[in-house]
Amino acid sequence: MTSGYVRPALRLMPSPTAESQQFWTGGRDGDLLICRCGACGRFFHPPSAACFRCRSTDVTPSPVSGRGRVAAYTVNHQPWLPGFDPPYVVAMIELADEPDVRVTSNVVGIGPDDVTIGLEVEVFFEQWDDLWIPLFRPAGGAS
Amino acid sequence: MKRVAIVGAGMTQFKEHFGLGIKELVPMAVSEMEASLDKGLDRAKIEAAWFGELTTSDGFPSGILADSCGLMDIPVTRIENACATGNDAVRNASYAVGAGVIDVALVVGADKVRESSARGTFWEWAGLTRDLAWDYPLGLVAPANFALHVARYLHESGATREHMAMVAVKNHRHALTNPKAQLRYEITIEQVLAAPTVVAPFGLLDCTPQSDGAAALLLVSEDVVDQYTDHPVWVRGTGLGLDRVMHQHKRDMTSFPPTVKASKAAYAMAGIGPGDVDVAEVHDCFSGVELISYEDLGFAEKFGAAALIESGATTIGGSIPVNPSGGLKAKGHPPGATGVAQCVELFEQLRGHSTNQVDGARIGLAHNIGGPTAVSAVTVLSNQKG
Repeated sequence: MTSGYVRPALRLMPSPTAESQQFWTGGRDGDLLICRCGACGRFFHPPSAACFRCRSTDVTPSPVSGRGRVAAYTVNHQPWLPGFDPPYVVAMIELADEPDVRVTSNVVGIGPDDVTIGLEVEVFFEQWDDLWIPLFRPAGGAS
Repeated sequence: MKRVAIVGAGMTQFKEHFGLGIKELVPMAVSEMEASLDKGLDRAKIEAAWFGELTTSDGFPSGILADSCGLMDIPVTRIENACATGNDAVRNASYAVGAGVIDVALVVGADKVRESSARGTFWEWAGLTRDLAWDYPLGLVAPANFALHVARYLHESGATREHMAMVAVKNHRHALTNPKAQLRYEITIEQVLAAPTVVAPFGLLDCTPQSDGAAALLLVSEDVVDQYTDHPVWVRGTGLGLDRVMHQHKRDMTSFPPTVKASKAAYAMAGIGPGDVDVAEVHDCFSGVELISYEDLGFAEKFGAAALIESGATTIGGSIPVNPSGGLKAKGHPPGATGVAQCVELFEQLRGHSTNQVDGARIGLAHNIGGPTAVSAVTVLSNQKG
């Protein structure tokens, strides 16, 4: 669990594709799965059938540490999304495994005013039916 | 390549035109453009049209332009390139005239954002350019995407929310004399800072309003320009630049590479540098985006935007006035019309009769960025053929 965080009443859910299915379900096994290119060895995100760097189609969702840092964040103060009450933090998380890869997600378990660029965070997963949404909380913040 | 000139320019007011659709706004702008022609216009001379338009509930865009303007015998091409649509329409028409395929081209831009409630608008509109699978469920609406960039920019550059507020204050002041502007009232830095937060670091007064409107230009080749005016404004340079839509791999969040690429191309084509620009209309959809664009366009060095706005250089009377029309911030932002309307303002500036005239302006630059930060279009205009 994550301190102070209450899961929203509703989340707009992604519609997984052939490429993204594993990203959205990796949390079942506790894994953040990021596409890695077998040819150039680099991670990239979002998943795709081909590496945007070297065009290889030898790409495989591969587990990463789930650790990262906040590269940038904003706090939504307006009720744009149904069931998703403001304020909440939308952030780009730069993955420790490859800082060029940044995952857009919510940072929770910390007051919006306490989030900073550079904050160390870790992934956790929120299950909604058969999907596991990767969210982030301050590193070591699990209780 | 033949030289291309703008010989006529007009636009509707930018505002909430709840009573008017695209099919009313487009002919209004075209009629005003026609009235601006020094030697008149025979519409039968128009050989092709390019229509910049993102989305409409009025129906098929190209057909609407042809039908509402009585231009049933020419080809009409719709341009959609996110918020860079307007200046990209100018670029495409310039290519056709410059190539010598046609001598007279109509460029129109129009959009109606206020078709639905404010909340619904952002949802529906932003959905056109956002990746629903990756960003939306997590709250990355279009303003939030720009907010991420500006938050990182403030973090690295040392610029503050006060500097962003200075942009909003300046552009509101510039709009006071512009009868086409949507928000014609002054605001203070204190008001900007105290306004309700939309997406941090943007308060309500850091954001463009939602607008309806249309704008039109007539582009002609140098071979026929004398038939239309003795005071043409030349399209000296155009450029279009792209970057990753997937911001996950945008390494430097403090710059918009599409703007750098588009402006370099336009400067090179025009044979000028940023220091030669006398007046600019810059895509200030959010106050901080104007700051970043100062640097991307070469008006300031890296992280020099705060000092530039502080110096007053970008105010009317300064060395490089930016957004004399009021910009997107105060003039308004119907996306397809925005870039075309920037060129309307520059047309008037370069002919010396803008409502907010920059003394002696000879070279003007128009800039759009969109998608939300994946495409930019830049146009360089001058009253000198060069």
